Amino acid sequence: MSTHVPAGFKWWSGGKSPYNVSYGKLMMWLFLLSDTFTFGAFLISYGTVRVSHEYWPDPNYVFNAFPFMGHANLPLAFVSLMTFILIMSSVTMVLAVHEGHKRNRYGVQKWLGWTILGGTLFLSCQAWEWTHMITGSHAVLINGQVEHIGSTIAANPYGPVVPGLTDHGHAVTQPGPVAFGGFFFGITGFHGFHVFSGVLLLVLAFVWTRIGRFDRVGHYEMVEKIGLYWHFVDLVWVFVFLCFYLI
Amino acid sequence: MSHQDQHTEHLTHPNHTLASPEITYEHEPASNTKKIWKTFWILLCLTIAELALGLSHYALNIHEGFLLTFIKGAMIILSLMKAIYIVMTFMHLGDELKSFRLTILIPLTLFVWFILAFLWDGVAWKELRRKFDRVTPVEKVEQTPGKLN
Repeated sequence: MSTHVPAGFKWWSGGKSPYNVSYGKLMMWLFLLSDTFTFGAFLISYGTVRVSHEYWPDPNYVFNAFPFMGHANLPLAFVSLMTFILIMSSVTMVLAVHEGHKRNRYGVQKWLGWTILGGTLFLSCQAWEWTHMITGSHAVLINGQVEHIGSTIAANPYGPVVPGLTDHGHAVTQPGPVAFGGFFFGITGFHGFHVFSGVLLLVLAFVWTRIGRFDRVGHYEMVEKIGLYWHFVDLVWVFVFLCFYLI
Repeated sequence: MSHQDQHTEHLTHPNHTLASPEITYEHEPASNTKKIWKTFWILLCLTIAELALGLSHYALNIHEGFLLTFIKGAMIILSLMKAIYIVMTFMHLGDELKSFRLTILIPLTLFVWFILAFLWDGVAWKELRRKFDRVTPVEKVEQTPGKLN
């Protein structure tokens, strides 16, 4: 980073970008800024509804399953794995951008490949988690009857425990706040949709890198712009992770 | 040659095509990936610390009180630190001009009021529920650990 402009250089005199960024990159940043407010609005509305309830399920009780581990109680283990995968894919993305700065086609190709793998793995994990949430049934006391229900946008089995009532050795709960499912599936789904479209963009960048498009153009800025989007997806996950799984 | 070209000609890289004619100079590529990996380890440590805190109130059976608020506050601060590292290092916002950094970051201060106002509203809503809900309140119900399978 040794390049410096002369002292008193007039950035706002016209004829160039006063921010020293291209139109495309500026627009990507502004889009991400607006998307920040979209996700922010979702998460804040979730916060509003959550604090308005006397009772809200503790994530340690809700997210305690792991694939192929049966009924083992492993709170937050699976989501930690998902978080690690996404952080790792952010690292491989920034390495791809780094190779792009050096105009190294094979380096870009290699790291984009790893990033696509990370994104796909994350989506697969999310698919498993959703399936488990929706199909896994829990004993819930509804209108005086014990019913077995899963988590959907219309039902939440994670209510307070009914004292002294068990069903096949498991505690029976009251229904939890219905809003839980809507917010959980809505927000993680919207985030997952961002990951999905990010993977599509990465595949496009991979193909363009492979056929030498960026070498012909002379720069790898497209990889940088898609990289910005990908890091943003990771950034949003930091807050989804915080709001749904930690707090 | 225009006035601007004379001024900035020496700033551009000789062998590289600029991504756009709007750009005055391009950053020299970092010589190695040390900074990237350092940031990765920082992010990993922060995440592990968050997880430890998230599991601590479960393991220690803390369901309310100052300690729980403290743990949650600490997790929020750790998440904000992660966000700063991702934006400044991975998204290279730290390398951009100050005017650009501020253009992106200043609008985010709206979140301060956004969060305060809506959580305030949520609390007011809770007061209304306490006052008017006819359903048996489920106040202070303890969760039985690990029984939801």
